[in-house]
Parts: sequence; C-alpha cells; structure tokens
Amino acid sequence: MEELVNLFHGFAVALQPFNIMVMIVGIVLGVLIGVLPGLGGANGVAILLPLTFSMSPTSAIIMLSCIYWGALFGGAITSILFNIPGEPWSVATTFDGYPMAQKGKAGEALTAAFTSSFVGALFAVVMITLVAPLVASFALQFGPAEKFAVYFLAFCSFVGLSKEPPFKTIAAMMIGFALAAVGLDSITGQLRLTFGVTHLLNGFDFLIAVIGLFGIGEILLTMEEGLAFRGGNAKINLRVVLQTWKELPAYWITSLRSCLIGCWMGITPAGATPASFMSYGIAKRVAKKGNNFGKGEIEGVVAPETAAHAAGTAALLPMLSLGVPGSPTAAVLLGGLLIWGLQPGPMLFVEQKEFVWGLIASMYLGNLVGLIVVLTCVPVFAAILRVPFSIIAPLILVLCAIGAYSVHSSTFDVVLMLVFGVIGYLLKKCNYPLAPLVLAIVLGDKAEEAFRQSLLGSQGSLGIFFSNTLVSSIMILGLIALFWSVIQQGYTRLRGATASGSQAL
Amino acid sequence: MTTGSSSNAGPTHKLVEAGITLLIALFGVIVIVGSLKAGVNWGAEGPRAGFFPFYIGIFIVASSAINLWNGLREDNDGLFAEWGQLRQVLSVVIPTAIYVGSMPFTGLYLASIVFIAWFMRWLGKYPWLTVLAISLGMPIVTYFIFERWFMVPLPKGPVEEWLGL
Repeated sequence: MEELVNLFHGFAVALQPFNIMVMIVGIVLGVLIGVLPGLGGANGVAILLPLTFSMSPTSAIIMLSCIYWGALFGGAITSILFNIPGEPWSVATTFDGYPMAQKGKAGEALTAAFTSSFVGALFAVVMITLVAPLVASFALQFGPAEKFAVYFLAFCSFVGLSKEPPFKTIAAMMIGFALAAVGLDSITGQLRLTFGVTHLLNGFDFLIAVIGLFGIGEILLTMEEGLAFRGGNAKINLRVVLQTWKELPAYWITSLRSCLIGCWMGITPAGATPASFMSYGIAKRVAKKGNNFGKGEIEGVVAPETAAHAAGTAALLPMLSLGVPGSPTAAVLLGGLLIWGLQPGPMLFVEQKEFVWGLIASMYLGNLVGLIVVLTCVPVFAAILRVPFSIIAPLILVLCAIGAYSVHSSTFDVVLMLVFGVIGYLLKKCNYPLAPLVLAIVLGDKAEEAFRQSLLGSQGSLGIFFSNTLVSSIMILGLIALFWSVIQQGYTRLRGATASGSQAL
Repeated sequence: MTTGSSSNAGPTHKLVEAGITLLIALFGVIVIVGSLKAGVNWGAEGPRAGFFPFYIGIFIVASSAINLWNGLREDNDGLFAEWGQLRQVLSVVIPTAIYVGSMPFTGLYLASIVFIAWFMRWLGKYPWLTVLAISLGMPIVTYFIFERWFMVPLPKGPVEEWLGL
C-alpha cells in the first residue's frame, strides 16, 4: 500500500510539464539513436549524459531512461523496413519482420513490434514496481560478502549465458576489471598500474570506454561493409494499427511467455539480445504456425520484441535495488547516478524516494509516450534512415568526440576514445563480447572493495563466501550460472547416451 | 604478411585473432607487473593495492592461453577482412586520429568543420555546396545546444578567441 502512495507521488513528479517535455525529447532522441547505425542505446546515453549535468537528477534520469526506451523502440524500425538491425536485440525481429515488409505488410509488422514492445515494457515496469522495493529492503541487510556474491552471480551469468566462447567472455571481463583497477586504490589510497603516466591517475572512465567501444567501434564495422545503403518505404495509418491490434490478443500466450523470459534475462545480466533470441526460438518450437516462422509470421515479431523490451526494462531492477546494472545501458545510467551524487543500491529507496518513484512512474509514462511517438512518426524516422552514411558517419564521430570530451573536459579522453574504438572493432571482429568488459569497468572498484572487505573480516579465508545460507546460496547460484553451458552439454550428452543405449537394447 | 592486390585477399582470421590474443596476454602481464609493484601481499590494513589486480592479471593470461589454443585448433580458413575493407576502415581511423590529435590546438569547432567536410567530399563525393552547408551547420547547431542551452563548455582554439565566443 505504501508503494502505491509512493508511486502516485512519483506520477506527480513525472507529470510536471518540464518532465513531460524532457520525456518527449528523450524518446525522440532515443528513437533516432536506435535508428542510426553506430549510435546504440549505451553509447547514445553516454554521449548525451553531459547534457543533463545542469538538470535536477530526477529530470535527468527521466530524460536518459526515455532515450533508452526510444532506442529500444527504434531498433525495430530498421529491422523491419531495411533488414538492418539498428540494435543487437532487434536482430531476431528481422527474421519475420523483414519478410512481412517485403509482402507489403510493413505497417502490420511495425504496429505489432511497437505494441509488443510496449506490452513487454509495461509488464516489466509493473514487476519493478512490485518487486524492486522488496529486493531493496532485503538487500539492506547485505554485508560485504553478500555484496560480492551478487557481483559474482552477475558476472558468472555473463559467462554461462552469452553465446560467445566462455574464455573470451572471461578475458573481456577481466580486461574491464584491470582497467577499473588503474589509478587510485580506494581503500589504501595508493597509486597502482599508472606506470608514472599522470593522465591515468584517475583511472579509465567507463563513459569514454562505452563511447569508444560501442560508438566508434560500430562505425568502423559499418565502414567495412561499405557505404551503400538500401532503403525502403513505410506507411502506417490508423486503419492498419486498429486492425493489427484486433489480431494481437490471439497471441497472448506467446506474449506472456516472452514477458517472463524477458524479465528473467533482464534481471540476470544476460540482457535483451539473448532474451529476444530465446523467446523467438521457443515461440517457433511451440507455435501452431511454427513452420511458417521466418516467412513473415506476425507471431515471430511479437515474441522477440516483447522479450527484448521486457529485458531492457527489467535490467533496471537490479540497477536500482542492488546497484548492479543488468545491461550496458543500465550501467551507463548507473554511472549517471554516481555523477549526480546518488549512490545506487538499496539505500536509494530509503533516502531518495522522490527520485526512485519519479523514475518508476516515468517508465510507465515514457513507454506510453514512446508508443504514440513511434506509431505516428515512423515515416519521418524512415526518411532519416535514407540519409547516406557518408553524411551520418562524420556527424556521429563528431558527436562521440564531444561526448567524450565533456565528461571531464579533457582532450586526452578524446584520444582515449579513439583507442577504445579501434580496440572495440578488433575485439568485436574476434568474437569477444563487449558488454561484460564495460560492466566490469563500472563495477570493478565496488566488486574489489566488497571482496577485500570480506577477506578483511575473515582474515583472508575464502570460506567467508560460504559462511551462511544467504551468501552460499548466491555463490552457488553463481557457480551454476558459470558452468551452465557445461551442465547443459552434459545433460544432452547423457540423454543422448541413454537414448542410444535404449535403442541398442 | 603478404600484400594482395585482388579483392578477395586479406589477412586470415586465424592470424589476426592469434595476434590479438597475444596482445591481450601481454596486457595481462603488464597488469601483473604493475600489481607486483604496488604490492600483492597483506599489509597492515589488509590486502594491499596490488592484491586484486594481480589475480585479475593471472586470469587474463590464463584465459588468453586457452583462447590462443582454441583459436589455433579451430578449422577456420576465413579472412579477417579483405584488404579493401581494411582500407575503408583505415580511411576513417586515420583522419579521425588527425581530427582528435589536432583538437587541443585548433579547438573542437574548426577541427570538426574540416573533418566533416573532408569526409563528405572525399568519401561521399558530395557537391561543395552540400559539404559546406553541413560541415558549417553542424558545429553551429552544436554550439547553441551544448554551450548556450545546456552550458557545457567545449574546447576552443584561436579562431573562437578571435571571434570572441
């Protein structure tokens, strides 16, 4: 009941005229970011973060989270119309979305995508409203060992659930931890890993890394493909929208399943991309018209879009209540909180009620505004897509440079951004995942602090991480996540063995 | 490394990946050395500064060794990229490096104008009028959005000082 009152206070905050304006600006910018190649959600939010320094934290987070919603919506536009996923999480949307567009049903596909996105997000927001305060009050009791266990679980899920080779995920993650360690050690106040370079005293800022790895790296990848760009046409009118809406309730089971998959994958930091693939895969196996998937089945658009948006939204739950972001974009938002002087984690729900509930209320409103904006403005965004890449690319590069500079007003950071860009290009080409690297830079210091404090309490014995039921169960969950693919392989092999064994009999 | 003139030639994926894995391992070694300098054992106030990164460094080296082994064992004769594609990538990296490197001296605006104009004219082959409109327009819009409305100062050079901005 208290939550409901808080939520209504939140709506009062979010409905202030300035905040509504900020919301609309954020959504429009977000869709643009989602539509343009080389500007992803994480990178876009990172570039625009400095713009919010002069706002109040609540307005700032509303704007940045709306950019995020917008980017989630925008990814679907390019997937369906151009067969080019604007974001990794909309790759699965191309499978059925693009064939639909080719059959002249682009309007239906877009309406289905946007509506499912909205449903997925709404489901996740309701879940956040109900669950986040509980998780936060539970997490208030966490000591350093439990805190480290949560980080451990987060990073193990990355290794176990990502589709990249596990040791590449580990290598990428450890590079992130190492970069986070550079500079001043927060516990002893000693300098380390700087090798006498004064620029490294403060370590590597993850915002620079995000802009370089995701922004510049992505542009370099696009350059490799050449500058050619194939365009398509899109029209959505009210009749098509209403007709599609009439059709959609028939897929409620797929919707619900995708929502659940999305929420689960979003909370564990697997993120929106695997969620969309998983949801698509299961829908294909289960649906009546499963054989038609890939040829332009509307259910094949509903499943991945719902899951991706639910996961993208649910990723904010651990960010708010535990201080552990569930996706790179959530990590950038967390970085924003730190810059505004707010400490993410359970205390936020106690000390910054207005901020937290304002944000949660803005999630409801932001997604509604987003749905309206994308449904009405698709032709405009599709037209922007037809602007050639040789104009877009230098503008994005300049924007990245501005974003990198304005984090600390340092031109050295801009150079660093380019270095990260080239590294990002090479790593991506070699199949190293970038998300765990970024998350490790963000969480490195906190994870290390928790780890060392726990060891201090136990005089250096690792037994502290298995000293009570709570911490051991989190650690064991982490270990299961870590070896998940091995367990799965073993299981299928075992089943294969028994199957062939029974055949032999 | 061989240089090929045909469009289908390029460095093999295996070779480049092995190189990158070795670079990552080297990075791990640097982290270990740096941690040793900072002290990896227990001091008066618990684990010393190098304690945590030391193990991180070991993890990097160990996982790189496995990645190297897996990469070399893999049956992948594909190309990392064709030379033509790499040339495309470098045609962005090199000018961006010049752009980024000149920023402290010329300021952001002048460097951006030249950079955008170069990119559009050279890679996009646009008529000069379009080139001028966009390369001048973007920095002006940037100035108003960042410096005027959101009060975010951007690096300025002699030209801006002369204009009194």
